[in-house]
Amino acid sequence: MNAPLTHGNISPITEDSWQDLASHTVARIALGRVGASLPTRETLRFALAHAQARDAVHTALDQASLLAQLQALGLPALSVRSAAPSRAAYLQRPDQGRRLHPDSRASLLAAGVEPCDVLFVIGDGLSARAVASHALPLIAATLPLLHEQGLRVGPVVLAAEARVALADEVGECLQAAMVVMLIGERPGLSSPDSLGIYLTSAPRTGRMDSERNCISNVRPQGLPYPLAAYKLAWLIRAGRSGGTGVALKDGSAAEQGWLDLQTRLALGATERA
Amino acid sequence: MSYAITIGPRRYRFDDLKTLLARATPLRAGDQLAGVAAGSAEERVAAQMCLADVPLVTFLNELLIPYELDEISRLIIDSHDAHAFAPIRHLTVGGLRDWLLSDAASSHALAAVATGLTPEMVSAVSKLMRNQDLVWVASKCRVITRFRNTQGLPGHMGVRLQPNHPTDDARGIAAAMLDGLLYGAGDAVIGINPASDSPETIHTMLAMMDEVRQRYAIPTQSCVLTHVTSTLELIQRGAPVDLVFQSIAGTEQANSGFGINLAVLAEAQQAAQQLGRGTVGDNVMYFETGQGSALSANAHWGVDQQTCEVRAYAVARHFSPLLVNTVVGFIGPEYLYNGKQIIRAGLEDHFCGKLLGLPMGCDICYTNHAEADQDDMDSLLTLLGTAGIHFIIGVPGADDIMLGYQSTSFHDALYLRQLLGLKRAPEFEDWLESMAITRAGKLQAQDRQQALLQLMETL
Repeated sequence: MNAPLTHGNISPITEDSWQDLASHTVARIALGRVGASLPTRETLRFALAHAQARDAVHTALDQASLLAQLQALGLPALSVRSAAPSRAAYLQRPDQGRRLHPDSRASLLAAGVEPCDVLFVIGDGLSARAVASHALPLIAATLPLLHEQGLRVGPVVLAAEARVALADEVGECLQAAMVVMLIGERPGLSSPDSLGIYLTSAPRTGRMDSERNCISNVRPQGLPYPLAAYKLAWLIRAGRSGGTGVALKDGSAAEQGWLDLQTRLALGATERA
Repeated sequence: MSYAITIGPRRYRFDDLKTLLARATPLRAGDQLAGVAAGSAEERVAAQMCLADVPLVTFLNELLIPYELDEISRLIIDSHDAHAFAPIRHLTVGGLRDWLLSDAASSHALAAVATGLTPEMVSAVSKLMRNQDLVWVASKCRVITRFRNTQGLPGHMGVRLQPNHPTDDARGIAAAMLDGLLYGAGDAVIGINPASDSPETIHTMLAMMDEVRQRYAIPTQSCVLTHVTSTLELIQRGAPVDLVFQSIAGTEQANSGFGINLAVLAEAQQAAQQLGRGTVGDNVMYFETGQGSALSANAHWGVDQQTCEVRAYAVARHFSPLLVNTVVGFIGPEYLYNGKQIIRAGLEDHFCGKLLGLPMGCDICYTNHAEADQDDMDSLLTLLGTAGIHFIIGVPGADDIMLGYQSTSFHDALYLRQLLGLKRAPEFEDWLESMAITRAGKLQAQDRQQALLQLMETL
C-alpha cells in the first residue's frame, strides 16, 4: 500500500513526546523529525543562528561610534590597528593580530600619554558585535571600583583586527602597569555577542597566556556587567601585588560584596518579572 | 638527502624529506602559517612527482624527527614490522598508491600490511591521492573493536552521543542523553566533555552515566573526556571508568604540552583493563587528534601538519583503542581555512588511520570563524559514510552548547543510515529493538510510556 499524501492539517512531522525535557537545557533537543531529517522550522532556526554568528565574525569594529560614546563618558581614547591587513588575513595569521601595525606603534609612542596603573584596550577579536554591545557598559561599571582603589586609568585604546596579545604591546608602549583587554569571543550559535576580559600585569610583547587572568562570557545572559566589573576590580587589586597568571586564583565569588551583588541582581530580575 | 625535479625551464629542489612532504601537501592554512607550504601550485605538483619516486624504505632510514630526540620516532621505528612490510618493501610511494587502488589490495591484504606501514609512508601516499582514492581505499579497510559491543563490522557505523552542558548540570546532561538514545545514538560511546576539571564533578558524571547504563542494561560504554592523569586518579578512587580518554599529538614535545607521554598512557590502559568492565572485549582507550595540534604547541619540527597528525596514529595504535576521533574542523581557520580544506583533511585522516589499522572516526565539525557551513559538513558526512567511517559524533541539533562549535546531529546519523543502509553495533541495535525505540532498525515514534522517559523523575 502506498503511503497517503499528506494534505490539509495532517503534518508529516513526527513530534517528540519529551519536549518538556527542553526546560533542563538550551541544547537543541526534542526537535522532531520529518523522516530522518530536521523539520523546516528547525533547519531555518539553525540557519539564522549560524548567520548571526557569521555576521558577528565578519562585522567590522565601528570605531567612530565607540569613540563618540567614549567622548560622551568623558574618556580620552586612541585608535590603533594590528598588523593584519584584512579580516581574511586576521583569521589565518594569528601572529599578525598580536602585533601592532608599525604606524599604530609609532603613533602610540608619540602620543605623550602619562604612565598609568590600568589601561583598557577594546579589541574586536572574533565578535565586533560583542564589543559594540558590552565594552562600554563594562568599563562604566568598572571605573568607580578602580577609582575607589585610587588607581590612575589611562586612555581607552580601540584596536581593530586584534588578538588578545595585542594589548601587551599597547600596554608596553603606553607604560601601563596593567592592561585589560576587552575582546569579542569566538561566537557560538547561542552566544554571538560574548565579551572576554583578559588582565595582564607588566604587559610587554611575548607574554604568555599563562600570565593572564580571564573572565569570559560577559553579556547580560551570561555574566552580567556588575558581576564582571566586581570580578575584574578584585583581580586588579590582587594582581597589583602578586602579578597575574595561573598563580592568581580568582577568589572574588567568596566575598560578601559579590554575594550582595548577586542578591541585588536576582531581586531586580524578580521585580522585572 | 635532497630531492630535485625539472619541469620545463624550472628546477625544483627540496632540501630533505620533510620539506618534500610539506611542499607536496594539498594547500592548507596551517602549513602556510608554519611557512612550510609550497610557494606555487606548480611547486606543489613538482613535489608530488618527486615524492612519487621515493622508495618506501627511505622512510625507515631518513627520519623526519630525530630518533634520539623524540619517543614517537623511536616508537615508529622500534615497532616497525619488517615481516608485514616485506610484500610492499620494493615499492615507491607512487607504486604504493597504485597497489592500494588495485584489486590485489583486498581487505585481507590491507590488514596484513598495516603494521608494516609507518605513519610517514601513509602520509606520503595520501598526498598523491585524490578524494575518491582516499574514500575507496579506506572503504576496503576493516577494523573491528570491542568493549561492551562490537564496532566496525562491514556495513556498520557507530555514533558517539555527546550530551555536553556548559555547567555540567546533571539534568541538562541527562536530557540530552535521553534525546540521543531515543534517536538511536550512543553505540560508540556516551561521552561527555566536562566544563569543569574538578574530580568530584567528573566522578558524579561517571556515576550518573553508569547508573543509567545499568538500569536500562544498555550495551554501550561511557566516558568523561578529561585528562588521563585525572582518569587514573578516578580509577584509584573507585569511579566507574569504562574508557580512558586522551588528546594526543604526533611529536613528543606536543604531547608533553598536553602533559602526557607514552608511559602514562600505558599506565592508564593497564589500570582500565584491570577493572575488567568490558564484556565482549578490552579495547579501553579513546583518543582524539586533529591536524594543527603540533603546530599550535609550536612543536612541529618543520613537519607539515598532516604528517604530524598521522604520527599521532602511531601513538594510538600502540594502545589498541576502541575509538580514535579526528576532531577535524575544531581547531579553526588558521589551520584549516574553509570547507574544502576541512573536507580534504577529514578524508585524509580517516584514510591514514584506517590504513594503519585504527578504528577511525571523525568529528565532522567547524567553528563559526571558519569559511564553512552545514553544506560542507553534509558533504564530508556523506563522503565519510561511503568511506566506511567507524563512528561519527551525535550532538543535539549539531549545536554543542558547551564547546561552542557545530558538529553532526542525531538526525545527521539517521540520514546517513537511511541513505547507505548503515547499521548500529549489533548488541546496541538489539537493545534499541527491545526498548521499542527502533523496529527493524527504523526509528519509532515514542509516547510518554517509554521507559527511558521515567529516568528524569529519579535524577
